[in-house]
Amino acid sequence: MTAEAQPFLWNVHWAAPELALAAFALIAVVIGAWGKDKAAGLLAALGAATFAAAGALAFSWSPQTPQILFGGALVVDGFAGFTKAVIGFCAAATLLLGADYFSATRQSRFEFPIMTGLAVLGMFVMVSANDLITLYVGLELQSLAAYVMAAWRRDDAKSSEAGIKYFVLGAIASGLLLFGASYIYGFTGSVRFDAIAAAAQDGGVGLLFGLVLVLCALAFKMSAAPFHMWTPDVYEGAPTPVTAFFAAAPKMAAIALMARVLYAPFEDMTEQWRQVVVALSAISMVVGSIAALMQTNLKRLMAYSSVANVGFALMGLSAGGVEGASSALLYMAFYLPATIGVFALVLALRRDGTHVETIDDLAGVGARQPFAAAMFTVLLFSLAGIPPLAGFFGKFTVFAAAAGAGLAWLAVLGGVCAVIAAAYYLRILASVWFRPPAPALVGAPGGAMLTAAAATALTFPILAVALGMLERWADIAAATSF
Amino acid sequence: MNGLPLLSIMTFLPAAGALLIMAARWSASGDNPGLDRGVKLMALIVTIAAFIVSMIILAGFDPAAPGYQFVERTPWAFGVSYHMGVDGLALALIVLTTALMPLCILASWSIDKQVASYMTLFLILETLMIGVFAALDIVVFYVFFEAGLIPMFILIGVWGGARRIYAAFKFFLYTLLGSILMLVAIVVMALEAGTTSIPELTAHGFDPALQTWLWLAFFASFAVKMPMWPVHTWLPDAHVEAPTAASVVLAAILLKMGGYGFLRFSLPMFPDASALFAPLVFALSVIAIVYASLVAFRQTDIKKLIAYSSVAHMGFVTMGIFAGNEQGVQGAIFQMLSHGVISGALFLCVGVVYDRMHTREIAFYGGLVHRMPVYAAVFMLFTMGNVGLPGLSGFPGEILTMTGAFQVNPWVAAGACVGVILSAVYALTLYRKVAFGTLDNPKLAAIADLDAREWITFAPLVAAALILGLAPSLALDFTRVSAQTIVEALAAARSAAP
Repeated sequence: MTAEAQPFLWNVHWAAPELALAAFALIAVVIGAWGKDKAAGLLAALGAATFAAAGALAFSWSPQTPQILFGGALVVDGFAGFTKAVIGFCAAATLLLGADYFSATRQSRFEFPIMTGLAVLGMFVMVSANDLITLYVGLELQSLAAYVMAAWRRDDAKSSEAGIKYFVLGAIASGLLLFGASYIYGFTGSVRFDAIAAAAQDGGVGLLFGLVLVLCALAFKMSAAPFHMWTPDVYEGAPTPVTAFFAAAPKMAAIALMARVLYAPFEDMTEQWRQVVVALSAISMVVGSIAALMQTNLKRLMAYSSVANVGFALMGLSAGGVEGASSALLYMAFYLPATIGVFALVLALRRDGTHVETIDDLAGVGARQPFAAAMFTVLLFSLAGIPPLAGFFGKFTVFAAAAGAGLAWLAVLGGVCAVIAAAYYLRILASVWFRPPAPALVGAPGGAMLTAAAATALTFPILAVALGMLERWADIAAATSF
Repeated sequence: MNGLPLLSIMTFLPAAGALLIMAARWSASGDNPGLDRGVKLMALIVTIAAFIVSMIILAGFDPAAPGYQFVERTPWAFGVSYHMGVDGLALALIVLTTALMPLCILASWSIDKQVASYMTLFLILETLMIGVFAALDIVVFYVFFEAGLIPMFILIGVWGGARRIYAAFKFFLYTLLGSILMLVAIVVMALEAGTTSIPELTAHGFDPALQTWLWLAFFASFAVKMPMWPVHTWLPDAHVEAPTAASVVLAAILLKMGGYGFLRFSLPMFPDASALFAPLVFALSVIAIVYASLVAFRQTDIKKLIAYSSVAHMGFVTMGIFAGNEQGVQGAIFQMLSHGVISGALFLCVGVVYDRMHTREIAFYGGLVHRMPVYAAVFMLFTMGNVGLPGLSGFPGEILTMTGAFQVNPWVAAGACVGVILSAVYALTLYRKVAFGTLDNPKLAAIADLDAREWITFAPLVAAALILGLAPSLALDFTRVSAQTIVEALAAARSAAP
């Protein structure tokens, strides 16, 4: 890996997905400047195509051995490719949902696809980060775009509140990250992950202190408890397509980034950081499961559900090694379509012309819209981890990873939390199926319903072959990198 | 056989039927009575087709051969194989399932609310139930086992009685908590043995200390499913609120998954732990038999009474299984089959009067024999079967399990005997109150006897109860090899242990 001996841009072609995203954002600004908000639909379509293409490209064209770019700032490998593919597809789905929603609420603005594009670019950089500076740059690019997206409905107090809250708390997390990174740099003399790895063999309290701060910041970004306080408010206030986006892509990126930070430079300190990750995982599962029981608003409920689900992914991560990385990737890859699908259904169902918001609003979907109800059933049971749906296999792999690392107690705790979590998914389903039908409920055919159907299909791995392939890809992705 | 994957065809035939019904519902718009009739008919045809396939398998099955037959194996993800196969035990329970399902569809003919969804869920449920018994990979087993909760949850919640939502939640969460512990145990076993194939896991021989934990985790799941005292409380609620056909499925088939699990996993895979915990199971079984019988006696709701009698009868099954000798195990298997027929039929009997009067209060009824002689005769037959009258299918299972238990611990068998007497008390009291006496309630004056559809529903069950009662060897010969395999493995492990 003698990247320094080569010309600076000799293997820049591996960064093609990132370059494509950046190009999209810049071109979109120009188109938007001419076309104003009339171009919003075009840009959304273009953006969705670009995100999906960038994700597909990153995945299908990932190198056999890790490639170091830009003098060591970026690394492109199978792990990054897999993650980027998932992120790209989630972002594309977000734009489709957003186009529907914003045109229905007359808020179509051409900046939305651009902001989403920048956020996706930030995430791509995050998962490919090979030093602390790139990590920070990617994270900030993603976060800044996300703050704007949260506050998208400028005339709505809740949305503005969501934006401000997210920004202030996010800024604190970024500060923690920088502070921790400065410690790591101070104790190892380098920001490069490989150099840190070499210096971290002896461990040391100072280094550990820095690492814990970095982990706290990442936990904030993925909304792992106890750093989850912003999640329900931001999820509730942000426009629903943005919430769907927050619940999906940034979490995948943050989990991947955490895996990258923990496994590459700090592999020798596994015993130390494992305690932190295990604690984060256990607290997230417990808090996410119990707090969600009390919620009546669907978006707040999904916020807590996402906290619990991140806890499960962290359980996989805490195992360490290829199994840990692979199981966390797989868990997220199964969780994301289900959660996006739920939001898509929420967007697709209207009552008296407005979108459904609370659990009670869903009363009678089963009688009026049996197919929407069937999709709800599949998606929510997948989130609850009931076989034969994808979410079960996610839980199965993280349990296996945890048990293999001698953390069987964590798997048992996870199992108990999964039962508690099942209770609130069942509450939604009870409303969908068991409550008497209310007349005004309609399902709007369109992008949202289609996205929901696609997500349901992904969640329902009757295509057993696809499931096997996904598992193999996740394994390969993890093995090429760690 | 002839190269066709018959087991898979049988398993997934109902699911394919469910897809067809969904497609039909998709193409039709709105409420459509013609569609509802067609859907019911389609469900009936599909379940009968599955039954025919199971008969073909039965004809090709060699009960004398040890091991699994009709084995199919295709590698899949996560180190798991799609691995299917049956032995006598599994096939007996599969045939029970496929035979009961058409009757359940017939019993659901009066459903008029969201018919397409109802039939879809029922057919999916059949696929999952067959899959549980046919799976030879522990993860595939778990998938089928757990997935069954989904359709059952919705069936109880949508088509159930007044407190259906409470009952659906209780059923789901109770069962899930038990199962998820089993899932962790499965993961640990897979890591330990490096395989998820049931035959290989059975041959693996786990460390006795580990066995204890694994046994407890499996016990958590199967004891809830069975259900054993004191984790039986979900059952009366679920039974009372469920629609008739769902009650039948619950009592006749879903409860058998617990017994099947003990026989397939707990006993062969954890023989040391099974020996260690056998006294615990005996104690719980005897408590279940006596306690549930006493509770049943005090019920005012017919369905609840039968539900508690199920708990008592399942106590005989667990007692027989953990006696660990051939009589006990054979008796337990036979008791499961017989209970499937009898309790299923009893719930159908309740369904008949509930359809007409929409109440299950015992006090509401009385003197039905004057208006419904045929019904009274059928009800009498199954009540006697429930009591364990010789000549009906309830008797051989009870006598065998008690013989088995007597060899291990006479006190346990003595306790169970008390339950036999108590079962006569509550069952005959119920029958006296409902069928005999004078017909005082004016609302009952116009109640009609069984119609043709109900005749067709009950006829096979009456035949089964009589045949199993008069010629129990038909079933016993069929499951003998399975039972012997289990018992011999258990004996070998026990003698090898220091």
